[in-house]
Amino acid sequence: MVSTLETRQTVEEVAGDYKYGFVTDIEMVKAPKGLNEDVIRFISAKKEEPEWLLDWRLKSYQKWLKMEEPEWAMLNYVKPDFQDIYYYAAPKSADDRPKSLDEVDPELLATYEKLGISLQEQKVLSGVAVDVVFDSVSVATTFRETLKEKGVIFCSISEAARDYPELMQKYLGSVVPVADNFYAALNSAVFTDGTFVYIPKGVRCPMELSTYFRINEANTGQFERTLIIADDESYVSYLEGCTAPMRDENQLHAAVVEIVMLENAEVKYSTVQNWYPGDKDGKGGIYNFVTKRAACRGTNSKVSWTQVETGSAITWKYPSCILQGDGSVGEFYSVAITNNYQQADTGTKMIHIGKNTSSTIISKGISAGKAQNIYRGLVKVMPNAENTRNFTQCDSLLIGDECGAHTVPYIEAKNPTAQVEHEATTSKISDEQLFYCLQRGLDVEEAVSLIVNGFCKEVMQQLPMEFAVEAQKLLGISLEGSVG
Amino acid sequence: MLEIKNLHVEVAGQKILKGIDLTINAGEVHAIMGPNGSGKSTLSYAICGKDGYEVTEGSITYKGKNFLELEANERAAEGAFLGFQYPVEIPGVSNMNFLKTAVNSIRKYKGEDEMAPVEFLKLVRAKAAELEMDPEMLKRAVNVGFSGGEKKRNEMVQMAVLDPGFSVLDETDSGLDIDALRVVADGINRMRAPEKSILVITHYQRLLDYVVPDFVHVLADGKIVKSGDKSLAMELEKQGYGHLGIDENAA
Repeated sequence: MVSTLETRQTVEEVAGDYKYGFVTDIEMVKAPKGLNEDVIRFISAKKEEPEWLLDWRLKSYQKWLKMEEPEWAMLNYVKPDFQDIYYYAAPKSADDRPKSLDEVDPELLATYEKLGISLQEQKVLSGVAVDVVFDSVSVATTFRETLKEKGVIFCSISEAARDYPELMQKYLGSVVPVADNFYAALNSAVFTDGTFVYIPKGVRCPMELSTYFRINEANTGQFERTLIIADDESYVSYLEGCTAPMRDENQLHAAVVEIVMLENAEVKYSTVQNWYPGDKDGKGGIYNFVTKRAACRGTNSKVSWTQVETGSAITWKYPSCILQGDGSVGEFYSVAITNNYQQADTGTKMIHIGKNTSSTIISKGISAGKAQNIYRGLVKVMPNAENTRNFTQCDSLLIGDECGAHTVPYIEAKNPTAQVEHEATTSKISDEQLFYCLQRGLDVEEAVSLIVNGFCKEVMQQLPMEFAVEAQKLLGISLEGSVG
Repeated sequence: MLEIKNLHVEVAGQKILKGIDLTINAGEVHAIMGPNGSGKSTLSYAICGKDGYEVTEGSITYKGKNFLELEANERAAEGAFLGFQYPVEIPGVSNMNFLKTAVNSIRKYKGEDEMAPVEFLKLVRAKAAELEMDPEMLKRAVNVGFSGGEKKRNEMVQMAVLDPGFSVLDETDSGLDIDALRVVADGINRMRAPEKSILVITHYQRLLDYVVPDFVHVLADGKIVKSGDKSLAMELEKQGYGHLGIDENAA
């Protein structure tokens, strides 16, 4: 692609322009560096956890010790030194566990204001409740009283372990078993905080629920754990967002998200992932190794994953659907953008177990700079899954000629009545498209943003309104300077 | 209005334009004709600032502004519009959204506020109606799945909405049937005004039956070899480029 000197200069000016890269200076309590049983006991004690949960952690740790870091993904990175990470870091002020929003450390409130998230309920966008997780602890959860009136439980997972042991014992690890994979086992051993949601029978959650994850402390891993249970005939829309400061070293984020849906339940889970991606030379950035899985246990239950992945140096993430209940539906809508030296290996797994189950996969990968973008997906139809349907569409867009896009679909159909479709395309933003936009008065950034948003339209329109506008802007920002 | 002096342009190191002089005053319509490969499209790209079209000598000024110092989008915002020979497709971006972004980008460049959505909607609907475009087309993605005629009509609607001071139409008539040709001609004629200038680039004379130019220039091997009025186009139609000593297959 022909590029002028001016546009190359713009590239240099805006690359690394990550507006969430500041650091909050706040007194922290940390576990000793490194990982061993004592550190796990430390975390569990800090959280005042019941005995069963400590045992569960220790068993996970033993399993993790025997596991090896997976290497099948198309990712090149220096493996983390697991003894050189802090596994627990929390603001000292959180030790007293604020009872209400008024007691939350003003420094933290200011941090979230700066990130564009108001924790004062009267200022919050109408109809969105927020749980905010700062490094290893949840520091505030809004609107919990309003939600309680409907019977909806929305709290940090540490609180749930203390207050709702039956639900926790029944469902924790029931979708992602502790030894599911290397990072899930690690998370099970050391998870620090995250969100717990329970929607009771017949309840349509009156507001969007959201969690905002922030990594602040240096050399610290974030290992959050989210568990969402949607009982019979219930509905909830859940959003998550994430940011981190700009640091030269890589930081590890290894989360587990489990969702359980019972009869006719529906969960819509949306993510805008904007962890620090590293600078334009590939220095620093978050390693994002995440296991997300939803189990459609009830008949006609439905889960919809929508993700907009713009951040992280390394992304390893496959939000999956286990379609167990007859007639259950799984959807995966994904936009993954990689720029500079970012690498993303992401996709989904659709496991069809029940009869008449259906799944839809729409994946849009955008690669710029020297980045690599991989779609990896599995559609599996079990022998008893009669009349299942899957439709998969993977589109890749390349910007420049030094980046890569790869599509790795696996299809295993063990029932002859299955209908599985896969479509894939790869295209480039052409000089002609750019010039056409420029000739109509758009500047380069506007033109790229417009073309990319058009490319991602089918996915973007799945996002809740509050998120969609932000996400559209984010697409533009992530690609700033990618075109010459 | 538009003043081109001794313009030399290279593309990928190859000399395409070799000294063009052309002045288009306000209210005038000029036509440039010439065989394939004579440099017609290069001239339109050089005026509008496409990357890769390197001006090695000469100048282009528009309303006193040195175009060579401006980016393509700045030239557009100053009032230059190019009707493309092959308009590109932009999947997922509706015509309406595209036009709105364009209108507001130009307003931003001029330091004006964005156009109110209602006002914009009215404007676009009115222009689409004038050019007999089905309003449904405005909701469709830019040029995606459009027929050749529909694409050209879309160019005319964009031109009408953006209301440029100077328009260059690059073989906008090529490959059109007679109905589509009339639409294009109608679009161009609607732009004729005492304060506006228009440059029509065409291979054939037939568009000029509908859009009567004030001046006709013949371009061959990167130079204007002959200028005249409408009768020059008629002469070429009858006698061919060979009559002027131009090799029809010079490229």
